[in-house]
Amino acid sequence: MSEYAIRCEGLGKQYGKTQALDDLCFSVKRGEIFGFIGPDGAGKTSLFRILTTLLLPDTGTAIVEGYDVVKDYKALRKILGYMPGKFSLYQDLTVEENLNFFAGIFNADIRENYYLIKDIYDQIAPFAKRRAGKLSGGMKQKLALSCALIHKPVVLVLDEPTTGVDAVSRREFWEMLIRLKKEGITIIVATPYMDEAILCDRVALIQHGKILATDTPVAITQAYPRQLFRIRSNNTLGLIRQLKEHPEIQSADMFGEFVHASAEPGKLDPAEIRTFLEQAGLGQTEVSIATPGIEDCFIDLMRKENE
Amino acid sequence: MNKVFPDIPALNTSEFAIEAEEMVKKFGSFVANDHLNFSVSRGEIFGFLGANGAGKTTAIRILCGLSKPTSGKIRVAGYDVFTQTEKIKKRIGYMSQRFSLYEDLTVSENFRFYGAIYGMRRANIKEKTREMLNRLGITELENTVIASLPLGIRQKLAFSVAIMHTPEIVFLDEPTGGVDPITRRQFWEMIYEAAASGITVFVTTHYMDEAEYCNRVSIMVDGKIEALDTPANLKMQYDAASMNDVFLKLARRSVKSEK
Repeated sequence: MSEYAIRCEGLGKQYGKTQALDDLCFSVKRGEIFGFIGPDGAGKTSLFRILTTLLLPDTGTAIVEGYDVVKDYKALRKILGYMPGKFSLYQDLTVEENLNFFAGIFNADIRENYYLIKDIYDQIAPFAKRRAGKLSGGMKQKLALSCALIHKPVVLVLDEPTTGVDAVSRREFWEMLIRLKKEGITIIVATPYMDEAILCDRVALIQHGKILATDTPVAITQAYPRQLFRIRSNNTLGLIRQLKEHPEIQSADMFGEFVHASAEPGKLDPAEIRTFLEQAGLGQTEVSIATPGIEDCFIDLMRKENE
Repeated sequence: MNKVFPDIPALNTSEFAIEAEEMVKKFGSFVANDHLNFSVSRGEIFGFLGANGAGKTTAIRILCGLSKPTSGKIRVAGYDVFTQTEKIKKRIGYMSQRFSLYEDLTVSENFRFYGAIYGMRRANIKEKTREMLNRLGITELENTVIASLPLGIRQKLAFSVAIMHTPEIVFLDEPTGGVDPITRRQFWEMIYEAAASGITVFVTTHYMDEAEYCNRVSIMVDGKIEALDTPANLKMQYDAASMNDVFLKLARRSVKSEK
């Protein structure tokens, strides 16, 4: 068998005039956590619906675990676990009934596969008799993941499982994914949160239906083409405006309490920037060399794409 | 409908846009807001953070005049949340990720609709629409249906609509969820400009870097405000490198079994 769980070539999908997916090519290796990182409307959901055989592509091919998503959809569905972005369990069924239902349609034995969901399901088990519609957001998410896993899928597809979820719950969710990876399940996950990229083995940055870059998170950040500076002042807005006036500075963006500014390598050093800002009347500023993160790379690639 | 001279600002002589003392909201035996004490200065950008289920939405609904607290002394834009909710509603703006603009109306129709709701005069609505679209550099989109616009532009328009009547306070409930990183920053520049023009900004977000953009931040845990200060002071107090670390340290203290 090939080392790849998923291979896509020339995948395209159009809705009217909107090109939702534009000639996508990528492969996902067996047993990796592969992240699609991009904003709403980038095409993540369309792609995931094609991979889960719920939507037909206009062009190209997608092979998942040796099965063609169009021709072999019946066989493929048996080995996929899918958690859609929108909560889509049965709201009128209880927690327990939902789990039984999903196990039933996949002919899965709950007791046999329980070890897979134990960590997750144990947390919602006290509410087993509660209707799914009456659960909190975090609990719904855990139930949806349990239902997507109960038939022990080979590939798990998670569409924005952490959107609208607070920082603590997001971290817990990722801890669960890393445990599942250890069970050998291939996981593809979509997220709009750039900081989740580093938790993936490899990521594809996606925008307007196109993949901007595919690689390990470290390789993507190392490929950042310019020198990045981290600058702090007590007047962030004024700082950005002033930085954009400098002929050598190519970008200036807010990053938390700092501003990240970039220039061609070797063109500027922190002291020069500090002097420039002082002369512009910005008073006390702090300037240092910064290591680019995924978000810096995403912004840079987006701007190149828009040019 | 009574004409209430909506263009005359409220006579809020206090230096605070929001003052909450001992704010409590109970649902049965469940205490969603447990004696909250805070005040927000005029023109301040105030970040209102907390884990899912911490009680943020309950508090925002009270401050917007949509829900009555169980007890407490709370004034918004100088008005009492028990007795003057209709006046409060006229002096605030509101925007959330989910509910913002009517998708099958055009850009200018949305401005007209919301302007009318806030009792603005026709000429004033027209002028504001032009001003806001100029600011965004999208005057040519005036007659475009919202549904056909990219998400980023929609979010910026939704914010413009929420402040078109020059409210004293604008409430932003996760305004940047799912937005690309460039648009997210442009959005924050708009927030800074609004604050500089004197509008108080009350904002919730799950992006912790955005917490750093606020003048002050409060963090709710299990219905209580556990921390309230400038981002710099909070990081010092909790010995944390970023607001994300502050948040994780505080929110992990949650004792609720329900997650």
